[in-house]
Amino acid sequence: MARMVGGDAPPDLGDARQGGSGTVGQPRPRPVWRRSRQVLVAGPVVGLLLAAAALAPVLARADPNALNPRAKAQPPTLAHLLGTDEFGRDLLSRLLHGSRITLVVGLSSVAVAAGLGTLLGSAAAYARGPVETAIMRAMDGLLCFPPILLGIFVVTFLGPSLRNLILVIGVLYLPRFTRVVHASTLAIRELEYVESARALGASAVRVVGGTILPNIVAPILVQASLATGHAILIESGLSFLGLGPPPPTPSWGRMVEQSGRFMQLSALPLLWPSAAISFTVLAFNLLGDGLRDLLDPRLRRGT
Amino acid sequence: MRRLGLALVLLWVVATVLFFSIHLLPGDPALLILGGDAAQASPEQIARVHARLGLDRPLPVQYVAWLRRVTKGDLGTSLLDDRSVARDLANRLPRTLQLVVPATALAVALGVPLGVFAARRRGRVADPTASTLALAGFSMPVFVVGMLLVLVFSLRLRWLPPTGYVSLTEDPGGFLRHLALPVLALAAAPLATVMRMTRSSYLEEAARDFVRTARAKGLAERVVAWRHVLRNALLPVTSIVGLQVGSMFAGAVLVEYIFSWPGINALLLNALGTRDYPVIQGVVLLGSTLFVAVNLVTDLCYGLVNPRIRHG
Repeated sequence: MARMVGGDAPPDLGDARQGGSGTVGQPRPRPVWRRSRQVLVAGPVVGLLLAAAALAPVLARADPNALNPRAKAQPPTLAHLLGTDEFGRDLLSRLLHGSRITLVVGLSSVAVAAGLGTLLGSAAAYARGPVETAIMRAMDGLLCFPPILLGIFVVTFLGPSLRNLILVIGVLYLPRFTRVVHASTLAIRELEYVESARALGASAVRVVGGTILPNIVAPILVQASLATGHAILIESGLSFLGLGPPPPTPSWGRMVEQSGRFMQLSALPLLWPSAAISFTVLAFNLLGDGLRDLLDPRLRRGT
Repeated sequence: MRRLGLALVLLWVVATVLFFSIHLLPGDPALLILGGDAAQASPEQIARVHARLGLDRPLPVQYVAWLRRVTKGDLGTSLLDDRSVARDLANRLPRTLQLVVPATALAVALGVPLGVFAARRRGRVADPTASTLALAGFSMPVFVVGMLLVLVFSLRLRWLPPTGYVSLTEDPGGFLRHLALPVLALAAAPLATVMRMTRSSYLEEAARDFVRTARAKGLAERVVAWRHVLRNALLPVTSIVGLQVGSMFAGAVLVEYIFSWPGINALLLNALGTRDYPVIQGVVLLGSTLFVAVNLVTDLCYGLVNPRIRHG
């Protein structure tokens, strides 16, 4: 709270949190960076995670799959900053390389879900009629499969691979995005500025893509951040059950499973990947929560 | 009634998708069942599996026959040992319920009071602490919670057995001791979710006009909190609890795996390794049925608790 940005900083609000019971009508303007502590914390963390994943081959000094029988289950040392696992593999390297799988699966599956969901949701809301009914009922159908069960079912039969994992999780989260986009599009499709675009002779694709879409980006982004957290939970769960990318590819879920068998011997190899998954999911959840408060005043709850 | 009809339609969709998935997947399911291409199954073996699964008949005929059997509760027999899938599921379902029911109770019994506590201490230390803990709670995968519980309570403190199952009727004490950790692991995320929902919904209701009116007419704070705020705040909580119960049946898959708990999901995991198709189909069908049923019950309860939305 030391520094105020810009001239529009409000008079001292003390520690009163946003949206308090006393706030009536328009929220008072606040510098963006102070509006959401969650984004402030989680944003850089997510950035760091992405950087770590991108730079994994550079940052990780040891080969993540190199077995070293002479250095089994070691505590952290200078050579192995986080110690080694029960096969003598460097845990830091494995964590860094594992982060790539986690983030690639999390982000790509959400990209699949968000992309397809935006397409289907806006098509449903704009076309109305039987198209809308067909799309939305199909989404209801998808929703009645419990996520992890469907994931297990499909991955078992398609075979475990990175691509299948992304597709399955993408399809699992498709209904959410379709619903969000559908609802948001419905909410604004009869507004005057949309009507004026239509009156000017814009085609349906143009109205949806050029006029409606930019105005519903906020809820999509919020969903994307929250869904990434969930997607990572599912991915690590499937990897934990051995349905992730096949070994020796390091993945966090599998690391938890394998080191769990040796936890009597040494707990560290279990704790690192556990913490890594939890913090990554937490970061995306915080980011999503914060973005919701920041971007979508209508959804603002007393958070 | 309309809701019930819709639920039945959804179940029919699930069943249909499950049925056709075996035909849509690349490759001959008989080959898969016999161990893939590598197993060099003989034509006779393949033909036998085909006949066994009814795959030698035309697809629509198979579909109708299958649907008819399933509606009668006949889910076929395991490819491995010829046991009735329906009977196996019926034997194991109570054990999964033994995890899900106490976990739900725990999540509600702790989640609601904690949520109210956090809401009423809004802005003080307890609130952000509780809220952050809750967020951390549902950011931790259920299997991480399970492993950590085993590490702390079984291996370090040696209070509770790490894995296994003891029948309730044979050894009630042992049953409870084996039950404690899996239930805790399963309840962690729902507890956090219920707590957060209670908190935000409580805060929302507490800011309503009727609450101010209640205070203004001089009602005791306790009465306002219980009768006016909490009663309304619990509406969205009931629906979130329903969703949580539904997903707990599936979340139990990981818990049963970690704690070697012989529920329906453990059956699924065994069947996965051997590609015991009827068993897998049966478990996924049962899981989805429970999921849909719980959501239906939640919807109906919602109508009961909230007279504003009654379903016809």
